[in-house]
Amino acid sequence: MKAFSINRHIVQRLGFSFLTLITTLTFVPVVWVILYIINKGAPAISWEFISGFPHDGMRAGGILPAIVGTIYLTLGTAIFSVPLGIGAAIYLSEYAADNTLTRLIRLAIINLAGIPSVVYGLFGLGLFVIFLNFGTSILAASLTLSIMTLPVIISTAEEALRSVPQAFRTVSISMGGTQWQTIRRIVLPEALPGIITGVILGLERAAGETAPILFTGAAFFLPRLPHSPFDATMALPYHLFVISTQVPEMPVQIQYGTALVLLTFVVIMNLTATFIRSRARAKRQW
Amino acid sequence: MPMVKISIQALSLQYADGTESLRGINLDIHANAITVLFGPAGGGKSSLLRCLNRLNDLTEVRTLAGRILVDGQDILDPKTDVIALRRKVGMVFARPVVLPFSIRGNLTYGLELAGERRKSRLDEAVETSLRQVALWDEVKDRLDDPAIALSGGQQQRLCLARVLALRPEVILLDEPTSGLDPISTGKVEASLQELKRNHTIILVPHSIQQAARVADYAAFFLQGELIEYAPGADLFTAPRDKRTGDYITGRFG
Ligand SMILES: Nc1ncnc2c1ncn2[C@@H]1O[C@H](COP(=O)(O)OP(=O)(O)OP(=O)(O)O)[C@@H](O)[C@H]1O
Ligand SMILES: [Mg+2]
Repeated sequence: MKAFSINRHIVQRLGFSFLTLITTLTFVPVVWVILYIINKGAPAISWEFISGFPHDGMRAGGILPAIVGTIYLTLGTAIFSVPLGIGAAIYLSEYAADNTLTRLIRLAIINLAGIPSVVYGLFGLGLFVIFLNFGTSILAASLTLSIMTLPVIISTAEEALRSVPQAFRTVSISMGGTQWQTIRRIVLPEALPGIITGVILGLERAAGETAPILFTGAAFFLPRLPHSPFDATMALPYHLFVISTQVPEMPVQIQYGTALVLLTFVVIMNLTATFIRSRARAKRQW
Repeated sequence: MPMVKISIQALSLQYADGTESLRGINLDIHANAITVLFGPAGGGKSSLLRCLNRLNDLTEVRTLAGRILVDGQDILDPKTDVIALRRKVGMVFARPVVLPFSIRGNLTYGLELAGERRKSRLDEAVETSLRQVALWDEVKDRLDDPAIALSGGQQQRLCLARVLALRPEVILLDEPTSGLDPISTGKVEASLQELKRNHTIILVPHSIQQAARVADYAAFFLQGELIEYAPGADLFTAPRDKRTGDYITGRFG
Protein backbone atom coordinates (compact mmCIF):
# COMPACT_ATOMS: atom_id res chain seq x y z
CA MET A 1 0.00 0.00 0.00
CA LYS A 2 2.71 2.41 1.03
CA ALA A 3 4.82 1.79 -2.03
CA PHE A 4 1.81 2.33 -4.18
CA SER A 5 1.10 5.77 -2.74
CA ILE A 6 4.74 6.82 -3.10
CA ASN A 7 4.58 5.72 -6.69
CA ARG A 8 1.59 7.87 -7.29
CA HIS A 9 3.42 10.89 -5.94
CA ILE A 10 6.38 10.22 -8.17
CA VAL A 11 4.14 9.87 -11.19
CA GLN A 12 2.43 13.09 -10.25
CA ARG A 13 5.79 14.87 -9.91
CA LEU A 14 7.01 13.54 -13.24
CA GLY A 15 3.78 14.58 -14.91
CA PHE A 16 4.05 18.12 -13.62
CA SER A 17 7.70 18.42 -14.57
CA PHE A 18 6.92 17.20 -18.05
CA LEU A 19 4.09 19.70 -18.50
CA THR A 20 6.25 22.53 -17.16
CA LEU A 21 8.98 21.58 -19.61
CA ILE A 22 6.58 21.56 -22.57
CA THR A 23 5.09 24.89 -21.56
CA THR A 24 8.55 26.39 -21.31
CA LEU A 25 9.49 24.99 -24.69
CA THR A 26 6.56 26.71 -26.36
CA PHE A 27 7.49 29.92 -24.61
CA VAL A 28 11.14 29.96 -25.63
CA PRO A 29 10.75 30.54 -29.38
CA VAL A 30 8.30 33.40 -28.82
CA VAL A 31 10.66 35.19 -26.47
CA TRP A 32 13.56 34.44 -28.74
CA VAL A 33 11.85 35.92 -31.81
CA ILE A 34 10.84 39.02 -29.89
CA LEU A 35 14.29 39.59 -28.39
CA TYR A 36 15.95 38.94 -31.73
CA ILE A 37 13.78 41.51 -33.50
CA ILE A 38 14.21 44.07 -30.73
CA ASN A 39 17.95 43.53 -30.75
CA LYS A 40 18.31 43.92 -34.49
CA GLY A 41 15.63 46.50 -35.05
CA ALA A 42 16.01 48.87 -32.13
CA PRO A 43 19.02 50.73 -33.58
CA ALA A 44 16.91 51.73 -36.58
CA ILE A 45 14.15 53.29 -34.49
CA SER A 46 14.28 57.06 -34.41
CA TRP A 47 11.81 59.89 -34.75
CA GLU A 48 12.83 60.26 -38.36
CA PHE A 49 12.21 56.56 -39.01
CA ILE A 50 8.67 56.77 -37.66
CA SER A 51 7.69 60.16 -39.04
CA GLY A 52 9.61 60.35 -42.31
CA PHE A 53 9.08 59.19 -45.89
CA PRO A 54 11.31 56.56 -47.43
CA HIS A 55 13.90 57.75 -49.92
CA ASP A 56 16.89 56.44 -51.87
CA GLY A 57 14.77 53.60 -53.22
CA MET A 58 13.49 52.91 -49.70
CA ARG A 59 17.03 52.20 -48.52
CA ALA A 60 16.92 55.22 -46.24
CA GLY A 61 14.45 57.50 -44.50
CA GLY A 62 11.33 56.53 -42.60
CA ILE A 63 8.29 54.32 -42.94
CA LEU A 64 5.51 56.81 -42.14
CA PRO A 65 3.35 55.92 -45.18
CA ALA A 66 3.41 52.26 -44.20
CA ILE A 67 2.49 53.03 -40.57
CA VAL A 68 -0.33 55.35 -41.58
CA GLY A 69 -1.50 52.86 -44.22
CA THR A 70 -1.74 50.05 -41.70
CA ILE A 71 -3.70 52.31 -39.36
CA TYR A 72 -6.09 53.22 -42.20
CA LEU A 73 -6.53 49.60 -43.20
CA THR A 74 -7.18 48.53 -39.62
CA LEU A 75 -9.74 51.29 -39.12
CA GLY A 76 -11.32 50.54 -42.50
CA THR A 77 -11.60 46.87 -41.58
CA ALA A 78 -13.14 47.81 -38.24
CA ILE A 79 -15.77 50.02 -39.87
CA PHE A 80 -17.12 47.11 -41.91
CA SER A 81 -16.42 44.05 -39.81
CA VAL A 82 -17.33 45.26 -36.31
CA PRO A 83 -20.99 46.24 -36.80
CA LEU A 84 -21.58 43.38 -39.21
CA GLY A 85 -19.84 40.83 -37.00
CA ILE A 86 -21.54 41.88 -33.78
CA GLY A 87 -24.89 42.08 -35.54
CA ALA A 88 -24.49 38.57 -36.91
CA ALA A 89 -23.42 37.29 -33.50
CA ILE A 90 -26.48 38.84 -31.83
CA TYR A 91 -28.69 37.29 -34.46
CA LEU A 92 -27.13 33.85 -34.08
CA SER A 93 -27.09 33.86 -30.30
CA GLU A 94 -30.36 35.61 -29.50
CA TYR A 95 -32.76 35.32 -32.41
CA ALA A 96 -31.91 32.47 -34.76
CA ALA A 97 -33.99 29.34 -34.35
CA ASP A 98 -32.00 26.15 -34.00
CA ASN A 99 -32.68 24.86 -37.51
CA THR A 100 -30.84 23.65 -40.58
CA LEU A 101 -30.32 27.15 -41.94
CA THR A 102 -28.68 28.33 -38.72
CA ARG A 103 -26.48 25.27 -38.63
CA LEU A 104 -25.43 25.91 -42.23
CA ILE A 105 -24.56 29.51 -41.38
CA ARG A 106 -22.45 28.38 -38.43
CA LEU A 107 -20.72 25.78 -40.58
CA ALA A 108 -19.98 28.43 -43.20
CA ILE A 109 -18.49 30.72 -40.56
CA ILE A 110 -16.23 27.97 -39.23
CA ASN A 111 -15.07 27.13 -42.72
CA LEU A 112 -14.54 30.79 -43.58
CA ALA A 113 -12.09 30.96 -40.69
CA GLY A 114 -10.04 28.15 -42.19
CA ILE A 115 -9.59 29.60 -45.67
CA PRO A 116 -5.98 30.65 -46.44
CA SER A 117 -5.61 34.40 -46.53
CA VAL A 118 -4.26 34.48 -50.08
CA VAL A 119 -7.60 33.08 -51.23
CA TYR A 120 -9.30 36.05 -49.63
CA GLY A 121 -6.89 38.23 -51.57
CA LEU A 122 -7.90 36.68 -54.89
CA PHE A 123 -11.58 36.90 -53.96
CA GLY A 124 -11.17 40.59 -53.08
CA LEU A 125 -9.42 41.20 -56.35
CA GLY A 126 -12.26 39.64 -58.30
CA LEU A 127 -15.14 41.17 -56.36
CA PHE A 128 -14.03 44.55 -55.03
CA VAL A 129 -11.17 45.62 -57.29
CA ILE A 130 -12.50 44.44 -60.64
CA PHE A 131 -16.22 43.68 -60.48
CA LEU A 132 -17.24 46.54 -58.18
CA ASN A 133 -14.54 48.68 -59.76
CA PHE A 134 -13.07 50.04 -56.52
CA GLY A 135 -9.60 49.63 -58.01
CA THR A 136 -6.55 48.79 -55.97
CA SER A 137 -7.56 50.86 -52.98
CA ILE A 138 -7.85 51.17 -49.23
CA LEU A 139 -11.58 50.50 -49.66
CA ALA A 140 -11.10 47.23 -51.55
CA ALA A 141 -8.35 46.07 -49.18
CA SER A 142 -10.40 46.96 -46.08
CA LEU A 143 -13.41 45.06 -47.42
CA THR A 144 -11.25 42.06 -48.18
CA LEU A 145 -9.70 42.15 -44.71
CA SER A 146 -13.20 42.54 -43.25
CA ILE A 147 -14.40 39.33 -44.83
CA MET A 148 -11.36 37.57 -43.46
CA THR A 149 -11.89 39.05 -39.98
CA LEU A 150 -15.65 38.47 -39.75
CA PRO A 151 -15.55 34.80 -38.72
CA VAL A 152 -13.25 35.58 -35.80
CA ILE A 153 -15.45 38.43 -34.61
CA ILE A 154 -18.69 36.53 -35.08
CA SER A 155 -17.60 33.40 -33.26
CA THR A 156 -15.96 35.14 -30.31
CA ALA A 157 -18.84 37.58 -29.96
CA GLU A 158 -21.41 34.79 -30.16
CA GLU A 159 -19.57 32.88 -27.49
CA ALA A 160 -19.45 35.96 -25.27
CA LEU A 161 -23.19 36.51 -25.72
CA ARG A 162 -23.98 32.89 -24.96
CA SER A 163 -21.99 32.96 -21.74
CA VAL A 164 -24.40 35.51 -20.26
CA PRO A 165 -26.63 33.48 -17.91
CA GLN A 166 -30.00 32.55 -19.40
CA ALA A 167 -31.68 33.45 -16.10
CA PHE A 168 -30.98 37.16 -16.72
CA ARG A 169 -32.96 36.97 -19.93
CA THR A 170 -35.85 35.10 -18.32
CA VAL A 171 -36.06 37.61 -15.48
CA SER A 172 -35.99 40.56 -17.84
CA ILE A 173 -38.70 39.09 -20.07
CA SER A 174 -40.81 38.15 -17.04
CA MET A 175 -40.71 41.80 -15.96
CA GLY A 176 -42.21 42.98 -19.21
CA GLY A 177 -38.99 43.58 -21.11
CA THR A 178 -38.95 43.09 -24.85
CA GLN A 179 -36.28 40.87 -26.30
CA TRP A 180 -34.41 43.87 -27.69
CA GLN A 181 -34.54 45.74 -24.35
CA THR A 182 -33.15 42.64 -22.68
CA ILE A 183 -30.32 42.41 -25.18
CA ARG A 184 -29.46 46.09 -25.06
CA ARG A 185 -29.64 46.57 -21.31
CA ILE A 186 -28.31 43.28 -19.97
CA VAL A 187 -26.90 40.85 -22.51
CA LEU A 188 -24.77 43.25 -24.57
CA PRO A 189 -23.21 45.12 -21.63
CA GLU A 190 -22.35 41.83 -19.94
CA ALA A 191 -20.86 40.36 -23.11
CA LEU A 192 -19.07 43.53 -24.18
CA PRO A 193 -15.60 42.75 -22.76
CA GLY A 194 -15.59 39.39 -24.52
CA ILE A 195 -16.82 40.99 -27.72
CA ILE A 196 -14.15 43.70 -27.61
CA THR A 197 -11.47 41.09 -27.04
CA GLY A 198 -12.61 39.19 -30.10
CA VAL A 199 -12.76 42.36 -32.17
CA ILE A 200 -9.23 43.31 -31.25
CA LEU A 201 -7.87 39.83 -31.92
CA GLY A 202 -9.56 39.84 -35.31
CA LEU A 203 -8.29 43.31 -36.23
CA GLU A 204 -4.84 42.41 -35.00
CA ARG A 205 -4.72 39.58 -37.48
CA ALA A 206 -5.94 41.89 -40.23
CA ALA A 207 -3.24 44.44 -39.39
CA GLY A 208 -0.49 41.87 -39.82
CA GLU A 209 -1.68 40.21 -43.04
CA THR A 210 0.03 40.64 -46.40
CA ALA A 211 -1.71 38.24 -48.76
CA PRO A 212 -5.25 39.72 -48.65
CA ILE A 213 -4.01 43.24 -49.44
CA LEU A 214 -1.41 42.19 -51.97
CA PHE A 215 -3.78 42.36 -54.96
CA THR A 216 -6.39 44.64 -53.46
CA GLY A 217 -4.83 47.75 -51.99
CA ALA A 218 -1.14 47.55 -51.22
CA ALA A 219 1.28 49.88 -52.99
CA PHE A 220 4.94 49.05 -53.53
CA PHE A 221 6.01 52.63 -52.92
CA LEU A 222 4.13 55.90 -52.47
CA PRO A 223 5.91 59.21 -51.97
CA ARG A 224 2.86 60.62 -50.16
CA LEU A 225 0.06 59.59 -47.81
CA PRO A 226 -3.20 58.34 -49.35
CA HIS A 227 -5.83 61.04 -49.86
CA SER A 228 -9.01 59.02 -50.17
CA PRO A 229 -10.39 55.52 -49.64
CA PHE A 230 -9.91 54.98 -53.37
CA ASP A 231 -6.13 55.43 -53.15
CA ALA A 232 -3.80 52.51 -52.80
CA THR A 233 -1.62 52.57 -49.72
CA MET A 234 1.61 51.27 -48.31
CA ALA A 235 1.23 48.97 -45.32
CA LEU A 236 3.67 47.61 -42.78
CA PRO A 237 3.46 43.88 -43.53
CA TYR A 238 3.66 44.35 -47.29
CA HIS A 239 6.42 46.93 -46.94
CA LEU A 240 8.36 44.45 -44.85
CA PHE A 241 7.91 41.84 -47.54
CA VAL A 242 9.03 44.28 -50.23
CA ILE A 243 12.15 45.53 -48.47
CA SER A 244 13.11 42.01 -47.44
CA THR A 245 12.82 40.39 -50.85
CA GLN A 246 12.39 42.93 -53.64
CA VAL A 247 14.98 45.61 -52.94
CA PRO A 248 18.63 44.72 -53.47
CA GLU A 249 21.23 46.01 -51.01
CA MET A 250 18.62 46.86 -48.42
CA PRO A 251 20.11 47.76 -45.04
CA VAL A 252 19.19 44.96 -42.62
CA GLN A 253 18.57 47.51 -39.88
CA ILE A 254 15.63 49.01 -41.73
CA GLN A 255 14.10 45.60 -42.30
CA TYR A 256 14.24 44.72 -38.63
CA GLY A 257 13.20 48.22 -37.62
CA THR A 258 10.06 47.81 -39.74
CA ALA A 259 9.43 44.40 -38.24
CA LEU A 260 9.79 45.89 -34.76
CA VAL A 261 7.26 48.63 -35.52
CA LEU A 262 4.77 46.07 -36.84
CA LEU A 263 5.37 43.85 -33.82
CA THR A 264 4.82 46.79 -31.46
CA PHE A 265 1.58 47.65 -33.25
CA VAL A 266 0.26 44.12 -32.80
CA VAL A 267 1.50 43.78 -29.23
CA ILE A 268 -0.20 47.02 -28.20
CA MET A 269 -3.50 45.72 -29.59
CA ASN A 270 -2.99 42.43 -27.81
CA LEU A 271 -2.22 44.08 -24.49
CA THR A 272 -5.32 46.24 -24.84
CA ALA A 273 -7.43 43.11 -25.30
CA THR A 274 -5.84 41.45 -22.27
CA PHE A 275 -6.33 44.57 -20.19
CA ILE A 276 -10.02 44.85 -21.08
CA ARG A 277 -10.58 41.20 -20.37
CA SER A 278 -8.93 41.20 -16.96
CA ARG A 279 -10.66 44.43 -15.96
CA ALA A 280 -14.02 42.93 -16.87
CA ARG A 281 -13.28 39.70 -15.05
CA ALA A 282 -12.51 41.62 -11.88
CA LYS A 283 -15.76 43.53 -12.20
CA ARG A 284 -17.98 40.59 -13.12
CA GLN A 285 -20.98 40.28 -10.86
CA TRP A 286 -21.98 36.67 -11.34
CA MET B 1 -67.81 34.79 -1.91
CA PRO B 2 -64.57 36.74 -2.48
CA MET B 3 -63.83 38.17 -5.88
CA VAL B 4 -62.35 35.85 -8.50
CA LYS B 5 -59.21 37.43 -9.95
CA ILE B 6 -58.10 34.64 -12.24
CA SER B 7 -60.30 31.94 -13.70
CA ILE B 8 -58.50 28.98 -15.23
CA GLN B 9 -60.79 26.93 -17.46
CA ALA B 10 -60.03 23.51 -18.95
CA LEU B 11 -56.35 24.35 -19.25
CA SER B 12 -54.18 21.68 -20.83
CA LEU B 13 -50.53 22.00 -21.69
CA GLN B 14 -48.32 19.62 -23.59
CA TYR B 15 -44.64 20.43 -24.18
CA ALA B 16 -42.92 19.87 -27.51
CA ASP B 17 -41.39 16.59 -26.29
CA GLY B 18 -44.87 15.22 -25.60
CA THR B 19 -44.91 15.68 -21.80
CA GLU B 20 -48.45 16.44 -20.68
CA SER B 21 -47.80 18.75 -17.77
CA LEU B 22 -51.35 20.08 -17.26
CA ARG B 23 -54.54 18.13 -17.92
CA GLY B 24 -57.84 19.97 -17.95
CA ILE B 25 -57.26 22.29 -15.00
CA ASN B 26 -60.24 24.28 -13.68
CA LEU B 27 -59.35 26.68 -10.92
CA ASP B 28 -60.67 30.03 -9.68
CA ILE B 29 -58.05 32.14 -7.91
CA HIS B 30 -59.42 34.64 -5.39
CA ALA B 31 -58.26 38.20 -5.10
CA ASN B 32 -56.51 39.38 -1.94
CA ALA B 33 -55.65 35.90 -0.78
CA ILE B 34 -52.74 33.52 -0.87
CA THR B 35 -53.43 30.50 -3.03
CA VAL B 36 -50.96 27.69 -2.64
CA LEU B 37 -50.26 25.16 -5.41
CA PHE B 38 -48.62 22.08 -3.94
CA GLY B 39 -47.91 18.46 -4.73
CA PRO B 40 -45.09 16.12 -5.66
CA ALA B 41 -42.37 16.97 -8.18
CA GLY B 42 -43.42 17.11 -11.80
CA GLY B 43 -47.04 17.80 -10.94
CA GLY B 44 -47.24 20.86 -13.19
CA LYS B 45 -47.16 23.64 -10.58
CA SER B 46 -44.36 25.60 -12.24
CA SER B 47 -45.89 25.02 -15.66
CA LEU B 48 -49.15 26.55 -14.47
CA LEU B 49 -47.40 29.58 -12.99
CA ARG B 50 -45.52 30.14 -16.24
CA CYS B 51 -48.82 30.07 -18.14
CA LEU B 52 -50.22 32.80 -15.93
CA ASN B 53 -47.81 35.45 -17.19
CA ARG B 54 -47.17 33.83 -20.55
CA LEU B 55 -43.58 32.97 -19.70
CA ASN B 56 -44.26 29.69 -21.47
CA ASP B 57 -43.99 31.69 -24.67
CA LEU B 58 -40.22 31.18 -24.26
CA THR B 59 -40.54 27.38 -24.26
CA GLU B 60 -41.51 25.09 -27.08
CA VAL B 61 -45.07 23.99 -26.52
CA ARG B 62 -47.01 21.51 -28.62
CA THR B 63 -50.53 22.23 -27.44
CA LEU B 64 -51.97 24.76 -25.08
CA ALA B 65 -55.75 24.54 -24.77
CA GLY B 66 -58.32 26.17 -22.53
CA ARG B 67 -58.70 29.68 -21.20
CA ILE B 68 -57.14 31.80 -18.49
CA LEU B 69 -59.29 34.79 -17.61
CA VAL B 70 -57.53 37.53 -15.70
CA ASP B 71 -60.10 40.17 -14.75
CA GLY B 72 -62.35 38.54 -17.35
CA GLN B 73 -59.85 38.86 -20.23
CA ASP B 74 -58.49 35.67 -21.80
CA ILE B 75 -54.72 36.14 -21.61
CA LEU B 76 -54.08 33.19 -23.94
CA ASP B 77 -55.73 35.19 -26.70
CA PRO B 78 -53.05 36.00 -29.30
CA LYS B 79 -54.13 39.64 -29.20
CA THR B 80 -53.15 39.96 -25.53
CA ASP B 81 -50.59 42.66 -24.74
CA VAL B 82 -48.06 40.29 -23.20
CA ILE B 83 -45.80 43.07 -21.94
CA ALA B 84 -48.67 44.71 -20.03
CA LEU B 85 -49.73 41.30 -18.72
CA ARG B 86 -46.27 40.59 -17.34
CA ARG B 87 -46.26 43.89 -15.49
CA LYS B 88 -49.64 43.11 -14.03
CA VAL B 89 -48.74 39.50 -13.16
CA GLY B 90 -45.24 39.44 -11.70
CA MET B 91 -43.09 36.38 -11.08
CA VAL B 92 -40.52 35.51 -8.41
CA PHE B 93 -38.35 32.51 -9.15
CA ALA B 94 -36.97 29.76 -6.92
CA ARG B 95 -33.36 30.81 -7.14
CA PRO B 96 -32.91 34.53 -6.57
CA VAL B 97 -31.56 35.97 -9.80
CA VAL B 98 -30.28 39.46 -9.14
CA LEU B 99 -29.47 41.35 -12.29
CA PRO B 100 -25.86 42.52 -12.70
CA PHE B 101 -26.66 46.02 -11.47
CA SER B 102 -26.68 47.87 -8.17
CA ILE B 103 -29.47 47.30 -5.64
CA ARG B 104 -31.16 50.43 -6.93
CA GLY B 105 -30.61 49.35 -10.53
CA ASN B 106 -32.38 46.07 -9.89
CA LEU B 107 -35.41 47.86 -8.48
CA THR B 108 -35.70 50.50 -11.17
CA TYR B 109 -35.06 48.10 -14.04
CA GLY B 110 -38.70 47.18 -14.66
CA LEU B 111 -39.91 50.76 -14.48
CA GLU B 112 -37.18 51.91 -16.84
CA LEU B 113 -38.22 49.22 -19.31
CA ALA B 114 -41.68 50.75 -19.14
CA GLY B 115 -40.19 54.14 -20.00
CA GLU B 116 -40.19 55.76 -16.54
CA ARG B 117 -37.36 58.32 -16.37
CA ARG B 118 -38.43 60.65 -13.56
CA LYS B 119 -35.95 60.33 -10.73
CA SER B 120 -38.52 61.17 -8.06
CA ARG B 121 -40.78 58.33 -9.23
CA LEU B 122 -37.90 55.87 -9.39
CA ASP B 123 -36.61 56.83 -5.93
CA GLU B 124 -40.07 56.52 -4.50
CA ALA B 125 -40.52 53.07 -6.04
CA VAL B 126 -37.16 51.95 -4.62
CA GLU B 127 -38.08 52.97 -1.09
CA THR B 128 -41.67 51.75 -1.16
CA SER B 129 -40.86 48.33 -2.56
CA LEU B 130 -37.92 47.81 -0.19
CA ARG B 131 -40.13 48.69 2.77
CA GLN B 132 -42.76 46.22 1.58
CA VAL B 133 -40.25 43.38 1.93
CA ALA B 134 -38.68 44.77 5.13
CA LEU B 135 -35.34 45.32 3.42
CA TRP B 136 -35.20 49.11 3.50
CA ASP B 137 -33.44 49.46 6.84
CA GLU B 138 -30.89 46.83 5.90
CA VAL B 139 -29.82 48.36 2.59
CA LYS B 140 -30.83 52.03 2.57
CA ASP B 141 -27.23 53.16 3.04
CA ARG B 142 -25.82 51.09 0.22
CA LEU B 143 -28.36 51.29 -2.57
CA ASP B 144 -25.60 51.78 -5.13
CA ASP B 145 -23.61 48.69 -4.14
CA PRO B 146 -23.75 45.66 -6.43
CA ALA B 147 -26.85 43.62 -5.60
CA ILE B 148 -24.85 40.41 -5.77
CA ALA B 149 -23.16 41.40 -2.50
CA LEU B 150 -26.40 40.81 -0.57
CA SER B 151 -27.00 37.55 1.31
CA GLY B 152 -29.18 34.89 -0.29
CA GLY B 153 -32.18 35.83 1.82
CA GLN B 154 -31.73 39.51 1.08
CA GLN B 155 -31.36 38.74 -2.62
CA GLN B 156 -34.64 36.86 -2.67
CA ARG B 157 -36.42 39.70 -0.89
CA LEU B 158 -34.83 42.08 -3.40
CA CYS B 159 -36.24 39.96 -6.21
CA LEU B 160 -39.69 40.21 -4.62
CA ALA B 161 -39.25 43.96 -4.19
CA ARG B 162 -38.18 44.23 -7.83
CA VAL B 163 -41.49 42.72 -8.89
CA LEU B 164 -43.41 44.92 -6.43
CA ALA B 165 -41.81 48.06 -7.87
CA LEU B 166 -43.89 47.43 -10.98
CA ARG B 167 -47.07 47.57 -8.85
CA PRO B 168 -48.39 44.25 -10.09
CA GLU B 169 -51.87 43.05 -9.19
CA VAL B 170 -50.93 39.38 -9.08
CA ILE B 171 -47.69 37.94 -7.72
CA LEU B 172 -46.54 34.45 -8.68
CA LEU B 173 -43.91 32.85 -6.47
CA ASP B 174 -42.29 29.53 -7.39
CA GLU B 175 -40.68 28.04 -4.28
CA PRO B 176 -39.27 31.45 -3.34
CA THR B 177 -37.83 30.27 -0.04
CA SER B 178 -36.36 26.96 -1.14
CA GLY B 179 -32.78 28.08 -0.59
CA LEU B 180 -33.37 30.23 2.49
CA ASP B 181 -32.84 29.76 6.20
CA PRO B 182 -35.89 29.74 8.52
CA ILE B 183 -35.46 33.37 9.55
CA SER B 184 -35.30 34.66 5.98
CA THR B 185 -38.21 32.37 5.11
CA GLY B 186 -40.19 33.90 7.97
CA LYS B 187 -39.49 37.39 6.67
CA VAL B 188 -40.69 36.51 3.19
CA GLU B 189 -43.83 34.86 4.54
CA ALA B 190 -44.52 37.90 6.72
CA SER B 191 -44.18 40.15 3.68
CA LEU B 192 -46.66 37.99 1.80
CA GLN B 193 -49.21 38.31 4.59
CA GLU B 194 -48.91 42.10 4.28
CA LEU B 195 -49.00 42.04 0.51
CA LYS B 196 -52.19 40.03 0.19
CA ARG B 197 -54.19 43.05 1.30
CA ASN B 198 -53.58 44.64 -2.07
CA HIS B 199 -52.42 41.75 -4.22
CA THR B 200 -53.49 38.35 -5.39
CA ILE B 201 -50.78 35.88 -4.46
CA ILE B 202 -50.13 32.45 -5.93
CA LEU B 203 -47.38 30.52 -4.22
CA VAL B 204 -45.73 27.17 -4.86
CA PRO B 205 -44.42 26.39 -1.37
CA HIS B 206 -41.19 24.56 -0.73
CA SER B 207 -42.74 22.32 1.93
CA ILE B 208 -46.13 21.10 3.10
CA GLN B 209 -45.52 22.93 6.37
CA GLN B 210 -45.15 26.18 4.51
CA ALA B 211 -48.25 25.39 2.48
CA ALA B 212 -50.26 24.83 5.65
CA ARG B 213 -48.84 28.00 7.27
CA VAL B 214 -49.68 30.48 4.55
CA ALA B 215 -52.52 29.00 2.49
CA ASP B 216 -55.83 30.81 2.36
CA TYR B 217 -56.66 28.43 -0.44
CA ALA B 218 -54.77 25.32 -1.42
CA ALA B 219 -54.72 23.30 -4.62
CA PHE B 220 -53.19 19.83 -4.71
CA PHE B 221 -51.58 18.86 -8.04
CA LEU B 222 -50.67 15.35 -9.03
CA GLN B 223 -49.21 14.46 -12.43
CA GLY B 224 -50.77 17.39 -14.21
CA GLU B 225 -54.18 17.07 -12.61
CA LEU B 226 -55.84 19.20 -9.99
CA ILE B 227 -56.92 16.67 -7.37
CA GLU B 228 -58.42 18.89 -4.73
CA TYR B 229 -58.98 22.59 -4.20
CA ALA B 230 -60.33 24.05 -0.98
CA PRO B 231 -59.70 26.72 1.64
CA GLY B 232 -56.40 25.94 3.33
CA ALA B 233 -57.99 25.49 6.74
CA ASP B 234 -60.20 22.72 5.36
CA LEU B 235 -57.79 21.02 3.02
CA PHE B 236 -55.00 20.56 5.53
CA THR B 237 -57.22 19.42 8.38
CA ALA B 238 -59.82 17.36 6.52
CA PRO B 239 -58.76 16.50 2.97
CA ARG B 240 -61.59 15.00 0.94
CA ASP B 241 -59.48 13.02 -1.53
CA LYS B 242 -57.48 10.09 -0.22
CA ARG B 243 -54.45 11.03 -2.36
CA THR B 244 -54.36 14.49 -0.83
CA GLY B 245 -54.49 13.01 2.63
CA ASP B 246 -51.74 10.52 1.85
CA TYR B 247 -49.50 13.25 0.51
CA ILE B 248 -50.08 15.59 3.45
CA THR B 249 -49.40 12.89 6.00
CA GLY B 250 -46.31 11.80 4.12
CA ARG B 251 -47.50 8.35 2.96
CA PHE B 252 -46.81 9.32 -0.60
CA GLY B 253 -44.05 9.78 -3.18
N1 LIG C 1 -39.65 23.07 -20.93
C1 LIG C 1 -40.12 21.82 -20.75
N2 LIG C 1 -40.10 20.95 -21.77
C2 LIG C 1 -40.57 19.68 -21.61
N3 LIG C 1 -41.09 19.21 -20.47
C3 LIG C 1 -41.16 20.04 -19.41
C4 LIG C 1 -40.67 21.38 -19.50
N4 LIG C 1 -40.85 21.97 -18.29
C5 LIG C 1 -41.42 21.03 -17.50
N5 LIG C 1 -41.62 19.88 -18.17
C6 LIG C 1 -42.25 18.64 -17.66
O1 LIG C 1 -43.57 18.96 -17.30
C7 LIG C 1 -43.92 18.28 -16.12
C8 LIG C 1 -44.37 19.29 -15.08
O2 LIG C 1 -43.26 20.07 -14.72
P1 LIG C 1 -43.32 21.29 -13.71
O3 LIG C 1 -41.99 21.91 -13.66
O4 LIG C 1 -44.47 22.14 -14.06
O5 LIG C 1 -43.64 20.52 -12.34
P2 LIG C 1 -43.59 21.07 -10.85
O6 LIG C 1 -44.89 20.66 -10.26
O7 LIG C 1 -43.24 22.49 -10.82
O8 LIG C 1 -42.44 20.19 -10.23
P3 LIG C 1 -41.36 20.59 -9.11
O9 LIG C 1 -42.03 20.43 -7.80
O10 LIG C 1 -40.28 19.59 -9.29
O11 LIG C 1 -40.91 21.99 -9.37
C9 LIG C 1 -42.72 17.48 -15.69
O12 LIG C 1 -42.91 16.16 -16.15
C10 LIG C 1 -41.58 18.14 -16.41
O13 LIG C 1 -40.58 17.20 -16.70
MG1 LIG D 1 -41.54 23.60 -10.11
